[in-house]
Amino acid sequence: MASVTYDHVVKRYTADVTVVKDFNVEIKDKEFMVLVGPSGCGKSTALRMLAGLEQISEGRILIGDRMVNNVAAKDRDIAMVFQSYALYPHMSVYDNMAFPLQMQHMKKSEIDTRVRNASRILGLDNFLKRKPRALSGGQRQRVALGRAIVRSPKVFLLDEPLSNLDAKLRGQTRVELQKLHRDLQTTFIYVTHDQVEAMTMGDRIAIMNAGILQQVGTPGEIYDHPANLFVAGFIGTPTMNFVPASVSDSTAKASGFEVELPKSLPSGKGTLGFRPEAVTDRVAEGSPQFEMKVDVVERLGSDQFLYGQVGGDQVTARVDPRMAVAPGDRVKLGLDTRSMHFFDAESEQALL
Amino acid sequence: MTAQAVAREEVVRAPAWSPAWISQRLQKVLLHVVVIGLTAAWMVPAIALFTSSFRHFEDINSTGWWTALAPPFKFTVDNYAKVLSSGNLGHSIFNSFMISIPATVIPTTIAAFAAYAFAWMKFPGRNYLFLALVALLAVPLQLTFVPVLKTYVSVGLVPQNWGFVGVWLAHAGYGLPFAVYLLANFFRALPSDLFESAEIDGAGTLTVFFRIVLPLSVPAIASLVIFQFLWVWNDLLVALIYVGGTENVAPVTVTLANLSNSLGQGWHLLTAAAFLSMIIPLVVFISLQRYFVRGILAGSVKG
Repeated sequence: MASVTYDHVVKRYTADVTVVKDFNVEIKDKEFMVLVGPSGCGKSTALRMLAGLEQISEGRILIGDRMVNNVAAKDRDIAMVFQSYALYPHMSVYDNMAFPLQMQHMKKSEIDTRVRNASRILGLDNFLKRKPRALSGGQRQRVALGRAIVRSPKVFLLDEPLSNLDAKLRGQTRVELQKLHRDLQTTFIYVTHDQVEAMTMGDRIAIMNAGILQQVGTPGEIYDHPANLFVAGFIGTPTMNFVPASVSDSTAKASGFEVELPKSLPSGKGTLGFRPEAVTDRVAEGSPQFEMKVDVVERLGSDQFLYGQVGGDQVTARVDPRMAVAPGDRVKLGLDTRSMHFFDAESEQALL
Repeated sequence: MTAQAVAREEVVRAPAWSPAWISQRLQKVLLHVVVIGLTAAWMVPAIALFTSSFRHFEDINSTGWWTALAPPFKFTVDNYAKVLSSGNLGHSIFNSFMISIPATVIPTTIAAFAAYAFAWMKFPGRNYLFLALVALLAVPLQLTFVPVLKTYVSVGLVPQNWGFVGVWLAHAGYGLPFAVYLLANFFRALPSDLFESAEIDGAGTLTVFFRIVLPLSVPAIASLVIFQFLWVWNDLLVALIYVGGTENVAPVTVTLANLSNSLGQGWHLLTAAAFLSMIIPLVVFISLQRYFVRGILAGSVKG
């Protein structure tokens, strides 16, 4: 059990190719931290540097109080679950889980106790003698987890562990992983490109893009107060609405409507952001209203999303699923002004 | 026609006697005729040798081998009895084993270690060294006889003092470039996650080699063993150069060559002797062939 600190960490492959730039995060003991971002953003590299699979070009990584820059992977007291599971195909499930313990020259009886304990937790008791190729994807995934659990490491590293599972299994495993985290009381660092996984599992989320850390915060903070345009667009489905607007004092003017912002901003151009759920068919007194020309209607049962045009801009609205709308219709919608965001045109940072 | 349509056509048979059906059938028949024809052509000499080895001396000299396949059957095992009792073939087979087994084990072992280093260990000049090694594949081995033999003689590495050691080392040297090349390519195709996972699990380089790389590479190693064993067993030239034709050290190939000189007229005995020398490689091949087939595919399509 330990905290993990990234202190000004840089990963450079050549002089021009820098994949992780000045990365600073402090991950608390027993925290479930999710590193999320589009592919190629450096999140996996950041994890692999912590695992000891990649050299650190600059900066320090600490596990607890110990700097691990020059500590071999095996001596860092971490365990990693790979996207491909990386099970040893010629070994039985039991031997796969026993392997890291054998490497520590642990006593046979102790190995047996630990492997059986892990297999009980993961429901693998009936498969211990099987080879990985005789298991389903979900079972393989659990063996990979088991191999990590038996070591009782200080930190668990998980590199997109769910991306090879089908959608239903992924949902189940998501829940199981959270339960596991609670039971093991260990620091988890979880890398994914899937913002749903990040939002549902993380105690905190660190969002990366192009090698740069964009924002760290709880799922709620990140959803409600995105630090910049990238974070705002990356988190949430359907994505946040972005419309170009110009602001003067506290009034933002878009092509199809005007909004009164909760505080005054320096006047200039920028991007006005609001989530689909802020655009509703429940038109409140005094809030801005506009007419939308509907292009596409998406019914999900519990929700109904309308994609269409407001003035010259694309807008998505989340409306009552019972509202009868057809493509081509013009509907009157209202805007909930409590959750408006405004991003600077130059820096793309959130001003509001 | 789109790719989808082609794929569907393979699943759904074209209706009987339609043009598509006829052309499909024709292609299949043609393919079988060619394959069977080629196989038969390759088999004929072996079958001829096999039948002739069971025929009487007079029959061999008077009629073709194929007449023996029709009645009246007049087979005999005399040829085998004579060869095994009179000649020193038995001892030559023993010599062949004495040469072939170490000359297979030594290069395979060295190649496995070297290939692992080439595939998964980082050291300066790795790619250049590997390139140089592959380039050695192109060196004709005849070119090496004089310098190597001179060196052997000058350091005293001759059969009188060292028995077969000279020829073992020679075969190891000739076999290594291909062996390392084959194994390195196979090792490289193993997923890197396995190595990283093992590294985190605390396995050192040697542990990874013995507990992960070797067990996963059985097909490649088996096919290499077959290649090398067959090559050494069937080799005449290298054996002749480094071992010589003396009776007590000559392998089967050398003895057979001598027999065909001395028994120019008696090739009923020669056929039996030749077939005896073929049996061993056949047994090796058949017993390891399931690995062989997988091993050949191993580099291209990952199994």
